[in-house]
Amino acid sequence: MTPAFGTDLCYLVAAPLFILALRWMSQPDTARRAVLAAVTGMVLAVAGTLLHPEVVTYKWIAIAAAAGFAVGFPLSRVPLTAVPERTGLSQAFGGMAAALVGAAKYYLWTQTGEMNSFRMAVIAGEVILGCLTCTGGLMAAGKLAEWISTRPVTYKGQNFVSFLLLGTAVFLGVKLVLDPTLTWAFPLIVVLALIFGVLLILPIGGADMPTVISFLNAYAGLSAVAMGFVLENKLLITAGALDGASGLILSIIMCRAMNRSVANVLFGAFGAVKAGAKAVEPRTVKSATPTDAAELLANADSVVIIPGYGMAVAQAQHRVRDLFDQLMKRGVDVKFAVHPVAGRMPGHMNVLLAEADIPYDRLVEMDDINPEMPQTTVALVIGANDVVNPAARSDKDSPIYGMPIIDADKAQTVLAIKRSMNPGFAGIENELYYANNTLMLFGDAKQVIGDVVKVLTGEGH
Amino acid sequence: MYSGPPDMDLELLLTLLFIFVLSTFLGLDIIRRVSRLLHTPLMSLTNAISSIAVVGAIILAGQAHDALSTWLGAVAVFASTTNLVSGYLITDRMLRMFKRREVPKK
Repeated sequence: MTPAFGTDLCYLVAAPLFILALRWMSQPDTARRAVLAAVTGMVLAVAGTLLHPEVVTYKWIAIAAAAGFAVGFPLSRVPLTAVPERTGLSQAFGGMAAALVGAAKYYLWTQTGEMNSFRMAVIAGEVILGCLTCTGGLMAAGKLAEWISTRPVTYKGQNFVSFLLLGTAVFLGVKLVLDPTLTWAFPLIVVLALIFGVLLILPIGGADMPTVISFLNAYAGLSAVAMGFVLENKLLITAGALDGASGLILSIIMCRAMNRSVANVLFGAFGAVKAGAKAVEPRTVKSATPTDAAELLANADSVVIIPGYGMAVAQAQHRVRDLFDQLMKRGVDVKFAVHPVAGRMPGHMNVLLAEADIPYDRLVEMDDINPEMPQTTVALVIGANDVVNPAARSDKDSPIYGMPIIDADKAQTVLAIKRSMNPGFAGIENELYYANNTLMLFGDAKQVIGDVVKVLTGEGH
Repeated sequence: MYSGPPDMDLELLLTLLFIFVLSTFLGLDIIRRVSRLLHTPLMSLTNAISSIAVVGAIILAGQAHDALSTWLGAVAVFASTTNLVSGYLITDRMLRMFKRREVPKK
């Protein structure tokens, strides 16, 4: 029996608990149980590790863990609109932890003479992945929180410079594998990987953040896996692989939802060009008042509400909930159509609507709602733009051509709330607003919906 | 050419690779079944699970080898604990918000 037998036994129980947790995440009924399972697994693993015979001093562990609690608790109380930033930050921290452990092991093993080429190779991998996840996560968090410009920053030869850096880091890693005593090369790898992480996120625009955050999730998982290889820790490999798998799946879903390839998101700088799109002649749109809208909605059989991130920016969720209540009370069938990229990270819109107490059985995915759109009396578009732009289906020249959209235009009447006729974030003209069956409600989403609700409640008294 | 101690045995490397490959396939299969409704909490939960990196950091900080590795280990413990605590708490907070219509609110 090895001295670490007890620790390994704890790990053996923790691993299936993590897997069960992810299984229970498949539906909301069992999801809270998932958290319980994962926490139990984590507590077991940490307890088992503290019992590990190699752990002889607890002072610094206790201080660092206390500091982690002090910072972690407030981070869990952020508003739900800030969840994407928190996720980016958490990926940065994960990457940092991996890089630090890798660096410590490098210096330790080169001093004690325990370094070998396998260990050196996995340490190089761990440090490169950890460092690029660290700065990449910080950059993504900064862009999401709008501390730094969300515009894609591009320059000539950008991809070449980025890959030259990464290539050099990998090359130095190979040199170190051949001769781990080249201590000058190690800090250089760290610096190169840190810069590469920044350059990786720099050219990516705000609209691509859901994809980027998913990619970083995969990198964070892989850096945990690399750490598992360095420490020969099987639980770390399992947990990291699960994290990496979720990042991979979410990235693929996000790319499909925007009809773009992985390479195109990373290197395409979407939203950078098209600024000088040809001037369109002024066209007329039909506008409606909140009273018209209230009447239309109250007399509808079915209403599909299509929310976009604009709704959250205007903080209109709770007014939308009031509208939902009023309409449901009148026997109108109200559903929400959620596009996979609505919000700033995968699934973000669902969380924002759930926070406003909208029951989750009313939230419908794009593929399930589209067949119902032609039978829908009113489609109400709140703060969404590109995801309802029919050009994605018909206009081959449009930058969003081929992107799956919610077929709002197929509803009998479309109500769209918008501040003004300025084209949206991506600067793409939206034909939906000029369609014959579309009525525009101009103004702030929160204000407009509030006015509609006022008319509806006024009628009731 | 550097000549250090003999390389780790291939058997261990294969065992670790085996675990990695199996876990990845299992993860892909399970996560594909997660409802789109819950993708945000899923991401915070997997983030929290990967903060299991804390165990590596604990061993490093607790070994008392030298000042450098203790320090690097302690910072890594801090970073992972932050992820662990905020990841689990925020996942639970989000999941509590998902309610069906039948359930009377509050």
